[in-house]
Amino acid sequence: MLEVFIFATLNGLVTGFLLFMLASGLTLIFSMMGVLNFAHASFYMLGAYFAYSLSLYFGFWGGLIFAPLIVGVLGALVERYGLRKVHASGHVAELVFTFGLAFLIEEAIQFFWGRDTKNYQTPDLLDFPLFTLFGQEFSAYRGFMMAISIAIFIALYYVLTKSRVGIIIQAAITHPQTVSNLGHNVPLIFMGVFGMGTALAGLAGVIAGPVLTTFPGMAAVLGSIVFVIVVIGGLGSLAGAFIASLLIGLLQSYAIASDVGMPDLLNLLGISFDRSHPLNDLWTMNLPQIAPVLPYLLLVLVLIFRPTGLLGKREE
Amino acid sequence: MALLKKSSIWIAFLIALLGLPLVFDSILAISILNQMVIAIVFALSYNMLLGQGGMLSFGHAVYFGLGGFLSVHALILIEFETMVFSILWIPLIGGLFGLLAGIFIGSFSTHKAGTVFAMISLGIGELIAASSLIFSSFFGGEAGISGDRTFGPMFFGFDFAQNIEIYYVAAVWAFIATLFMYLFTQTPAGRMANAVRDNPERAEFIGYSSRKVRFISFCASGLFAGIAGGLFALNYEFITEENLNAATSGRVLLMAYIGGLGYFIGPIIGAVVLTLMNSLLSNYSELWMLYLGIMFLLTVMYLPRGFAGFIMMHQIAWIRGNMKLLIKPYIITAIPALLFTLCAIALIEMSHIEDEVFHYLGLELNPASPITWIVILAVAGGAFYAVKRSLVQLNDAWETANAIPKEEEA
Repeated sequence: MLEVFIFATLNGLVTGFLLFMLASGLTLIFSMMGVLNFAHASFYMLGAYFAYSLSLYFGFWGGLIFAPLIVGVLGALVERYGLRKVHASGHVAELVFTFGLAFLIEEAIQFFWGRDTKNYQTPDLLDFPLFTLFGQEFSAYRGFMMAISIAIFIALYYVLTKSRVGIIIQAAITHPQTVSNLGHNVPLIFMGVFGMGTALAGLAGVIAGPVLTTFPGMAAVLGSIVFVIVVIGGLGSLAGAFIASLLIGLLQSYAIASDVGMPDLLNLLGISFDRSHPLNDLWTMNLPQIAPVLPYLLLVLVLIFRPTGLLGKREE
Repeated sequence: MALLKKSSIWIAFLIALLGLPLVFDSILAISILNQMVIAIVFALSYNMLLGQGGMLSFGHAVYFGLGGFLSVHALILIEFETMVFSILWIPLIGGLFGLLAGIFIGSFSTHKAGTVFAMISLGIGELIAASSLIFSSFFGGEAGISGDRTFGPMFFGFDFAQNIEIYYVAAVWAFIATLFMYLFTQTPAGRMANAVRDNPERAEFIGYSSRKVRFISFCASGLFAGIAGGLFALNYEFITEENLNAATSGRVLLMAYIGGLGYFIGPIIGAVVLTLMNSLLSNYSELWMLYLGIMFLLTVMYLPRGFAGFIMMHQIAWIRGNMKLLIKPYIITAIPALLFTLCAIALIEMSHIEDEVFHYLGLELNPASPITWIVILAVAGGAFYAVKRSLVQLNDAWETANAIPKEEEA
C-alpha cells in the first residue's frame, strides 16, 4: 500500500510539474492579453515533434535546446502576424482564432510528420533506474523531467519577481498605458511573453514526448487539462496555476493507482444491486475508470461555486 | 403586403429545400443534402448562443449528441414495440431531451457569459463525452448504439427505408426549426438576448435579469440542437460518442463562424459550405482538413464577420447602385488570387503525394523534377504580386462606391 502511494505521489509530481510548464505560459499570456490560448497545447506538441526531428541529427540534447527556441519564435510570429490583427475584432474572435490555430497545427503536423506515432526515445544517458524502492524502479528520465520542471519554475519565479525585465512585464500586465508612456515598447513585450510562453510549452513537449508518446493527438490529450488547471487556479494567477497543476497531477495519479470504487462504497453501506439494475454501470464504477473525468468535474464545481478559481482576483 | 414580402423568402426557402433533391438526385447528392439540413439546424442553434446571445460554447455537441442518443433509444423502443408511434416524431423527442439537458445545465452555467461560460461549457462537454464511455448501457461505449427506422407505423405508405424519404422528413423539420429560430429572434426574449450580449449591465438596469435572458436562449438552443441530433439519428440510424465530443462542438463553431455570426443566414451559409467541402473535397484530397484549417484562420483574420458579413458589406454600394464600379476591380483581383490558390494547393499536394505523376487540373506534373517546382513557385509569386498590386485599385473602387454623394453631404 505504502509503495503504491509513494509511486503515485512521485508520478503525480512529475505530471504536475510538467503541467505547470504549460499552465505557466498559458496563464501569463492570459493575464497580458486577456485571451485564453487554445493552441497552447499545440505548441507543446510542436515542441515534441521538432525535438524528435532534431534528435535524429543532433541527438536528444540538441533537440532539447533548439526545439523550444524554434517553437518560441513560431509563437512570437503567430502573435505578431495573427493575434495582433485579430485583436481588433474582439475577444471572441481571438479565442476562435487560437481555436482554429490548434486545429491547423494538428493538421499541419499530420501533413509533415504523418499520422503514426513517432519513435522518440529517451536518451541513453538517462536510461537507467534512478533508485529502486520496494522492488520497483523509478527511471532517471522521470527524475530528469522533474529536475527540469523545478529549475524552470524557480527561474521563472526569479525572472518575474527579481529581474528588471520581469518587473516591466508585471507592470505591463496591469498598466500597459503607463509602461508605454515610460518609453517601453509594450507590443514588443506582449510578443516576447507570447514567445516565451510558447517556448515553455515547447520545452514541456520536448521532455514529455518520449514518455507520453509523440503522436498527433498528444495536444488534445493535455490541452483541455491545462485549461482546467488555469481556470481552477484562478485566471492570471501564477501561484494558483502552480497549486492547481500539482493538485490535478496528484489527483489523477492517485485515482489511477487506487482500486477502490462504487462496489466498495456500497459494501460499506451494506447495499447491493442486482446486475440487471438499469444503473448497473454506476454501481460498478471504480476510480481508475473515472480518473479522466475528475479534472473536468473539479472544473465545473470550481466554476459554479468559486468562479474566480482558487487564487483568482475578484472580477470587476 | 409587408407580410407577403416577408413570407416570400420563407416560401422560397421551403421550395428550395423540397426542390433540391429533384435537381440533384444521385445517391451521393441525397446523402449530402441530408447532412446539409442537419448541419443547418445544428449551426443555427449554435448561433442562438454565440451570435444572438454572446455565449461562446465549446460543448454544444452535448445537446446534439444527447438528443441523438435518446432518439436512437426511441427507435429501439419502436422496433421492440414497447411504444408505437410514427418515426416522424423522433426529432421532437431529441429536441425535448436537448431542452431538458439545456434546462439542467443552463441552470448553473448561465450566471456569467464570457470566459467563465466558455470554460464551463468546455468542462461539461469533456465531462459528458468522457462519462459516455463509462455508462455503456445507455451510450453503448465506443461502438455507440444503433437502431432501425423502418419499424414504425407507415406514413401514407412510406416506410422510410430510402434516404430520400428521410430527406423530406428532415427538410420539413429543418424548415419548421429554422422558422421558429427566426421567430425567436423577433420575440422580446430574442431581442433581450441581443441586448444582454451587447451590454449586460445596461440590460440589468432596465430591469431584466441577464442570467434569465441567457438561460432562455440557452434552453432554446438546446432544444434545437436536440432536434438536429434527432434528425442525425433518423438519417444514420446509429450514434456514437464522437457525436457529442469536442470535435463535433468544434465543427459547429467553425460552421457558424465561417458563415457569419451576426446574421441569421450566416450559419446556414456556413453549414452548406462546410458540408459541401466535407463531402466533395474529401473525395479529391486527403488533405482537405488542412485546407479547412487554413480557410478558417484566413476567415477569422480577414473576414471577421464571416461570409454573410462579406456579402452584407456591399449593402451600401448596392443601395447606391454602385455595384458596377466594383465588378471590374473584383475580377481583376480574383483572377490572380485564384491562380495563387491553385498554385499553393499544387505545391502542398505535390509535397505530400508519393506517386510519380501528379494529375492536377488536366495537367500531368512531375513532383520529382525541380523544374515543376520552380515553375509553380514562379507563377505563385507572380500571382501574389499581381494580387497585391490590384488590391490598391480595388480599395480605391471600394472608396468611390461607398462614398457619400456630394449633394447628400451638403
